[in-house]
Amino acid sequence: MASDNSGTPQGGGLWAWINARLPLDKMLKEHVTEYYAPKNFNLWYVFGALSLVVLVNQLVTGIFLTMSYKPSAAEAFASVEYIMRDVDWGWLIRYMHSTGASAFFIVVYLHMFRALMYGSYRAPRELLWIFGMLIYLALMAEAFMGYLLPWGNMSYWGAQVIVSLFGTIPVIGDSLAEWIKGDYYISDITLNRFFALHVIAIPLILLFLVVSHILALHEVGSNNPDGIEIKKNKDAKGVPLDGVKFHPYYTVKDTYALGVFLIVFCSILFFAPTFGGMFLEAPNFDQANPMQTPPHIAPVWYFTPFYAMLRAVPSFLGTQVWGVLVMFGAIALLFFLPWLDRSPVRSVRYKGPVTKIALGIFALSFVVLGYCGMKPPQGIFPLLARIFTCLYFAFFLLMPWYSRLDRTKPVPDRVTYDAH
Amino acid sequence: MRIKTFATLVVAAGLLLPLMTLANEGESFPHAGNDPYNQASLQRGARNFMNYCSGCHSAKFVRYNRLAKDLAIPEAELRANLMFTSDKPADTIQSAMPAQDAIKWFGVAPPDLSLITRSRGTDHVYAYLMSFYRDASRPTGVNNTVLVGTAMPHVLADLQGVQTAVFKTAAVAGAPEFEKFELPQPGVLSPEKYAEFVRDTVNFLEYMAEPIQTTRRDLGVWVILFLMLFTGFAYLLYKEFWRDVR
Amino acid sequence: MSEQVDYSRRRLLTAATALTGAVGAVLVATPFLASWKPSARAKAMGAPVEIDVSKLEAGAMLKVEWRGKPVWILRRTPAMLKQLEVAEPFLADPHSDGSIQPAYAKNEARALKPEYLVMLGVCTHLGCSPLSKFEVADVTVSADWPGGFYCPCHGSKYDLSGRVFKGAPAPSNMTVPPYTFLTDGKILVGADSAATV
Repeated sequence: MASDNSGTPQGGGLWAWINARLPLDKMLKEHVTEYYAPKNFNLWYVFGALSLVVLVNQLVTGIFLTMSYKPSAAEAFASVEYIMRDVDWGWLIRYMHSTGASAFFIVVYLHMFRALMYGSYRAPRELLWIFGMLIYLALMAEAFMGYLLPWGNMSYWGAQVIVSLFGTIPVIGDSLAEWIKGDYYISDITLNRFFALHVIAIPLILLFLVVSHILALHEVGSNNPDGIEIKKNKDAKGVPLDGVKFHPYYTVKDTYALGVFLIVFCSILFFAPTFGGMFLEAPNFDQANPMQTPPHIAPVWYFTPFYAMLRAVPSFLGTQVWGVLVMFGAIALLFFLPWLDRSPVRSVRYKGPVTKIALGIFALSFVVLGYCGMKPPQGIFPLLARIFTCLYFAFFLLMPWYSRLDRTKPVPDRVTYDAH
Repeated sequence: MRIKTFATLVVAAGLLLPLMTLANEGESFPHAGNDPYNQASLQRGARNFMNYCSGCHSAKFVRYNRLAKDLAIPEAELRANLMFTSDKPADTIQSAMPAQDAIKWFGVAPPDLSLITRSRGTDHVYAYLMSFYRDASRPTGVNNTVLVGTAMPHVLADLQGVQTAVFKTAAVAGAPEFEKFELPQPGVLSPEKYAEFVRDTVNFLEYMAEPIQTTRRDLGVWVILFLMLFTGFAYLLYKEFWRDVR
Repeated sequence: MSEQVDYSRRRLLTAATALTGAVGAVLVATPFLASWKPSARAKAMGAPVEIDVSKLEAGAMLKVEWRGKPVWILRRTPAMLKQLEVAEPFLADPHSDGSIQPAYAKNEARALKPEYLVMLGVCTHLGCSPLSKFEVADVTVSADWPGGFYCPCHGSKYDLSGRVFKGAPAPSNMTVPPYTFLTDGKILVGADSAATV
């Protein structure tokens, strides 16, 4: 596979033959062996690679699950138990998929928070960030549709509540909700179309977005914890002085990270697959029952921050659409981050105290809202949810001011890195 | 900085863990104290289930031959003592009572018990079976403090006897508060033996809800050990290559 | 660089990680491949079937389904059994040496009790189900036809024990499944004895 810098691959006959027809060697060089990434990546930078691993896990286990799953109201619940009991190793494949769903959101949330900390959304990475946000949206749709498929009672009522959100839109709401369901209630018809979307449509969109995300990343190059463009300092050959080849340096680092991740992942999978009712909820071991709502209904943990915001907003002017708007607004605001942040520096390392506190409050509000969303709306929780919804929005809406006015520290020319 | 980020991650993970326990809503029950690894208890539980529960309740996802294999019950014994509603060991456990009759007699069809401990919790089911008490106002003559107004009769009354419930006189308006049970009319089992009987039964119910659970945990140990080996090599490899980077 | 790169250590660690990873990949792939085996439900539905043959008349044939395949139970008359000897010179594998049957059915009648032929009604050529041509000298087959089965797909011929004729495309005699007599009038297809149900 040896190659000189002229770009024409040498070596074996077959390899050269292929490369004359398909630029495999060139792609490998561009994206792996000669992609230069900043050498000062820290732990926060492993979650992108890990989410790719989880994506593959979801695709492979998902394909095998569809081999035994029946997307019909009459058979879905029993077919999941069939997978769990009658199919050889079906339980493992199903737990890999259900644990993988939560793991996907864990790594994606950490990956997004990394971008928030180090300003990875700033120019010229706006489009990279937007592709990432679209992946997040597709992932939420994918998770929501997939959650209906086991046809448990929580699946049923969760879908009921989320689809009802669309019903709150003035004028068109009711017919929109009916159109989504294809029926007057969440029925066999709804299940069947959610199945199609979950196993074919959204995965295709996700794959397209992930490829775009990676291509956009490799076009502009990776950001780093110092928020410095490593392309500014190049040696005579044009190689960034603070860059290292993605392979082998980051492939070995990501392999190590993968090992640690798998230990955590498998600990949950083999010893607590329901994760105390957070990853697989108790009411979902009862078949869907349109006659009886579970006593306490909440979405899966990765949706609860937004669910808390939805509930935090009271209905007024005779409609409850405001909560829905706030909930979707909370996600929509993230898209505008590249233009809301006016700080002269990218990374939180060189930002001032106000920005640091704001970021801390934002992270806290996300966690607190997530917690509120799991609890019944009683006692202190509605108040907490309102306070932290305001703080969540303040983080974004005030950013143009505090990010510009806040003190900053001087940014060094070269990345900070201590040799191992 | 690396230590700091590591600490942040630990804090993030630490935030998730308490959430896990807090996600368990509602009433908490004392631990049933059953052990799915205790095969003798599971075998007794299977016998209890077949004799006292399967008349009305099905376990439609559980196959006789699978439970015989998992619980090390010989086929002759399975056929003689456990298979009342079928003569094919590969069949699933169906109840002897037609659902239509059940609705006529009890108002509701007795729920399938394949997954009952996963949807309600093992401790909840244990507490339920311990908490029947005499209540002449109910059609079945009994009520239950765990599931008030239950349609289920106390099928274990001849074993436990029939308890009476003592309620505190309500200090404030509202439902009287339950205080304790008394057992004026003991059954053939002592209270300790009855608790043991119920423990074996819920142990079997928990087994039925996830027959693979013991295998899952046993296998998990090996998986984690293997991953530790892999991660060890990967760590050394990572350290070795990163010596190049200064 | 102050220190020399230890390439042998690097190679060793690369090999160790790659090897462990490859073993892991194989271990992960195994459950996925194993999940394609017949499930507990498939096994339950493919469990042995009981067939009542007490009302089956001599010379008549019963067809039942087992594991998605037709099982034939032919109650042969003494005349039919005699035809087996007539057919013998024309057969490709008269002693069933190259065919599939339980040891107890490796005889001329290919049966536990010669009167009852229990056989999978599947041509060993390409899996069609042959037609019954029990009449001797049935002109739709040939003038010297000794009675047997005729496959409409590619013309394979079998005698009344399911033994294949010479020159037929089918490579072997039709398959006899494991079976046993529970009582005189009751056959269990799919198991060698009642105990292994």
